[in-house]
Parts: sequence; C-alpha cells; structure tokens
Amino acid sequence: MSEGPPRGRLAEPVRFLLARLGGLVLVVWGAATAGFVALTLIPGDPVDAMLGVQAQVSEQVRQQIRVDWGLDEPPLVRYGQYLGRLVTGDLGQSYQLRQDVSTVIGGQLPATLQLTLLAMVMALLLAVLAALSARGRRSTRLVSLLELGAVSSPTFWTGLVLITLFVFQLGWFPIAETGSLRALVLPALALALPVAGIISQVLRHGLDAASTRPFATTARARGVSPSRLLGRHTLRHAAADSVTLVGYLVGSLLGGAVLVETVFARPGLGRVTLRAIIDRDLPVVLGIIVLAAVTFGVINLIVDALYRWIDPRMRVTGGTA
Amino acid sequence: MTAAPRPARWPARSRAPRQAPRPGVAGAVVAAVFLGLLAVAAVTPALFTPIDPLETRVLEALRAPSLAHPFGTDQTGRDVFARVVHGARYSLGIGVIATTVAMAIGLVVGTTAGLAPRHVDGAISRVIDVLMSFPEFLLALLVIAILGPGTTSLVIAISVAAVPVYARIARVQTFTVRRSGYVRAAQILGVSTTRSVLRHVVPNTLGPLLVMATIGFGTAIASAAGLSFLGLGARPPTPEWGLILSEGRNFLATAWWIAVFPGLIVTATVISASVLGQHLRARGAGRAA
Repeated sequence: MSEGPPRGRLAEPVRFLLARLGGLVLVVWGAATAGFVALTLIPGDPVDAMLGVQAQVSEQVRQQIRVDWGLDEPPLVRYGQYLGRLVTGDLGQSYQLRQDVSTVIGGQLPATLQLTLLAMVMALLLAVLAALSARGRRSTRLVSLLELGAVSSPTFWTGLVLITLFVFQLGWFPIAETGSLRALVLPALALALPVAGIISQVLRHGLDAASTRPFATTARARGVSPSRLLGRHTLRHAAADSVTLVGYLVGSLLGGAVLVETVFARPGLGRVTLRAIIDRDLPVVLGIIVLAAVTFGVINLIVDALYRWIDPRMRVTGGTA
Repeated sequence: MTAAPRPARWPARSRAPRQAPRPGVAGAVVAAVFLGLLAVAAVTPALFTPIDPLETRVLEALRAPSLAHPFGTDQTGRDVFARVVHGARYSLGIGVIATTVAMAIGLVVGTTAGLAPRHVDGAISRVIDVLMSFPEFLLALLVIAILGPGTTSLVIAISVAAVPVYARIARVQTFTVRRSGYVRAAQILGVSTTRSVLRHVVPNTLGPLLVMATIGFGTAIASAAGLSFLGLGARPPTPEWGLILSEGRNFLATAWWIAVFPGLIVTATVISASVLGQHLRARGAGRAA
C-alpha cells in the first residue's frame, strides 16, 4: 500500500523477487495450515465420510481404516507428515476416489482453464469495446447502465438466461454438448460478462483521468487526431491501470467457473470442488485450498513484477501480497 | 519528443473499485423503495400474496405467467411469485445477519490494528491484504468447503469472506481519527485511551462502515444465492432465491419463468444496494469508504 519515495538502492529486482517468493511460500503455508487446523477441529469422523452414511461396519474395521490412512496418529504428527508431503508436491489421497488428489485436480484442470481463458479474452474484448463506445453523454450513460447490470447479475442466473434464450428459444446452440468450441461460447460469455463490466468501469475511469493530463493536452495542441490520441496515448495509460485488477479478475473467473460449470453441466474444477465439499472428501478440499493459494500468490507476484516493469515509480521494496 | 508513455498511478489494488455511474437522487430513491418493499415482504409476506409458497397443485404445474400467477407456477404447481416473496425472509435474513456479523468483526479487528503497535498492525494488515486479493465468493466457497454445507455454514462463510473489507476501512478510519486535533486535545486533557476510542474512534468509523455495508449487503445476498444454487446452503423446499433458481434449471426448455424471475429479483436487489451505497458515499456519509 505505502509506496513512498524510493529509499536509496534497496529495490534491486533480485531482492524484490526473493522477498516476494518468501511471501508466497508464507501464504501457501498459512493457507495449508489454516485448512488443516480447521478440518481437524471440525466435528465428524473422516471414516464416516469415507464409508458413507448407511455403512454398518464393525469398530475393528474402522480402526483398521484409521491405521491404513494414518488417522490414528496424533494431529501434530499428521500435520508434520502433511507438510512433509506437501513440500514434495504430494497432496495426498482422495477418500472417495482412491486416487492421488493431484491426479483428481490435474485431470479437471484443462477443462476449467479453457473456459476461463476464453472468458478472459471475451471480457477484455467486450470491456474495450464498451469503454471506447462511451464517447458522448448519452452513450456513457447507456454503457454505465450496462456495466452496472453486468456486474450485478449473478453469474449463474446470466448462464440460465443465456441457455433459455440461445439454446431453447433461438436454437443457436446445441442442448447437451461439452466437447466442442461451440459449446464453450455460452459458458464463457456468462463468465465473462461481470468481469467485462468491472474492467470497462476501470478502463473508462482511466481514460477519463488520462485525457485530462498534461501529455494529452500537449498532444491535442500538437494537432494529434482524437483517435490517434486514444490509440497511442490515453488507452495505454488506462490499460496500465487495469493490470492491477488481474489478480482480482482471475479470482472472479475461478469462483464463477464453479457456478458456470454447474449451470452448463460441464466437467472441470468446479465439479471436483462441489463433489469434495458434499462428500466431505477432506484431502481434496485441502488440495483445492492449497491450489487456490498458490494460484493467487503466483498471479499477484506476476502482477507486481509487471507493474514494477511498467511503472518505475513502483520500484520500492515492500508493497502488498 | 515523444516520451514513452508513463502510466498514471492508480494503485487500485485489492478489491475491484466500483465506480458505477454516479446515480442521481431519483435512482437512489427507487433503490431505497425497492429494498423497503423487500424488507416488508420479509416481515409480512402475506401482504403481497395470499398464496402459500409450499402448497403444491399438480394440476396447475408449469403454468406460464398470468394475472393469477404473475411469475407462473413451477413443476409441482407452486406459485413462483409467492415463493419469491416468502424467499425474501431467508435471502434478506442471511444478507443482514452475515453483513452485521462481518461489520462487527471488521470493526474490532480494524480498530485493533489501527491502535496496536506497529508490528501487530503489520501482521494483521498483511493477512487482510492476502484475504482481500480473493473475491468474496471464492473465499466463502473455501470456508464452506471446510465447514461443510448447510445454512449455518453459509452465514458463517459469507461473514468471514466479507470481514477484510470492513477491517480495512475501520483501520484507516482509526488512523485518521486518532491523529486528528480533537482526539489529541482530549488526550492532553487526560481522557483515557479506552474512552477516546469508544467516544471518538468507533462512532467515526461507523459511518463509512455502514455505507460499505449497504453495498456489501447486495454482494452477500448474491453470494448466498450462488452457494444455495450449488446446493451448499438452504435445503429444499425452503423458498430461498438461489434454491428456486436451481430447481428451475431443469425446466428451462418448458418453463423459463421459474428461473428467470427469481434471478431478476436477486439482480435488482444487488443493483439497488449498490446504487444506494454509491449515493450515500457520494453524499459524503462515508468519506473514507
């Protein structure tokens, strides 16, 4: 938060990177620990979750299961073992699927990545389009209303409306199909709309601010045409501001993906997450928490590095995670 | 000389800034009236509809919207409008409780950080910063993942997810008030720290917090509807808005109204909360918010 004047030569890139990597490890460790502690404290026997509610199993078998899974060890020992495995990238075994958690998550990752990437591209295009078309008083009002609508509509509802409209009423898209790119359009659009609304708001704000700055006045005085001024100068400024939003947006997309995948009955991380929550598959839940922490840590690191690169004034050690 | 463009500095890190259109007074009034109607529906739903939201009439299943059923009927012949009206109690209730709890915890955490020694403040602030980089919905989802599904976990999850926003505002406000002239004067006059915190810092923090809470209320309702939609919150046949939507999902081909109308109400609620909050903020009620 506090980016004061540069303090001497403290801020060498290497030092910056090391400090931030340390911070990243700290955040991931914190998330893993918080998740582990919370899941240990929550009442309920993991063996019940493994067997299902209706299972009638003798205490002896239950004890055997506990020993097999190492659940009979004291929590502190299990925490140590958990951290030890985590360091080597081993997220443990799923209670329900009897597979490595990393296999379970990794198998569904491509589907979610496809969806979020297309949504990101769509959101950027829509946002630039919206921000650029808000030129006059009226169009600005209209665009800002559209933004408000897009930001405020729940993703899952937007998805349902899109299905109703384009699948059932107009028949432009197939009903049940998950493989093709065609089937990816509507889910990605549902995911993109709220994000597009946010980017457009920030972009317009940035354009307004940039167009009143001295360099814009100078350019206009030099006789630079409005469209050239926009393309070469103000839009660049505004875009630089939007970089800081990237971390937040990736989060919105991932959170939204859970909803959109449910609405459109698509495979992906969302489905894995939901199943794990409902079945109380604790290792998978922990794995997802760790994955979320790593993703955010890495993205924020990249954003900060990008920002330092774009804006030399940011080259001060510190900043926020 | 065309110097390389130097980016303007808007370190708008953290949560997405919401500079929606500055709404006029008319917009704020409409928003307030809508929220008021919802509040009435939550307290006395019978005022809006005489129909029982749980009453099934198989013969009248999947009827399109009409005068008798403004939002149509669902697969078991229940009146969707009645379900939405009665659902206001659950959805608004979750929103109000979650927002209040989040605000209270945020106030305590933020004020503590603002008054505590530097290293304590630093630690708290870093945790807040990390949590703020997650969108609320994702954070709530992760909390529910730990607690397990259910209405109680839903309320806890949404509260926890919203705490960082309020904590940050309370911290900033505490800093500002603590350094202001009148608090210093009070301290010189021998007023104890506890007393000056309770008499000056907390009351001055409440304004901005309430403005934020107006906007946060909408977010909370949307998150609650989303989590219930996923089957992680309220259980059928509760007429909770997200749950009605998820039941309507299976009938989009034949009866779009089951899902579309409740969603419209959720959207309208979020927009109203946002417009009202922006208006209050613009009026200066929440200078630091």
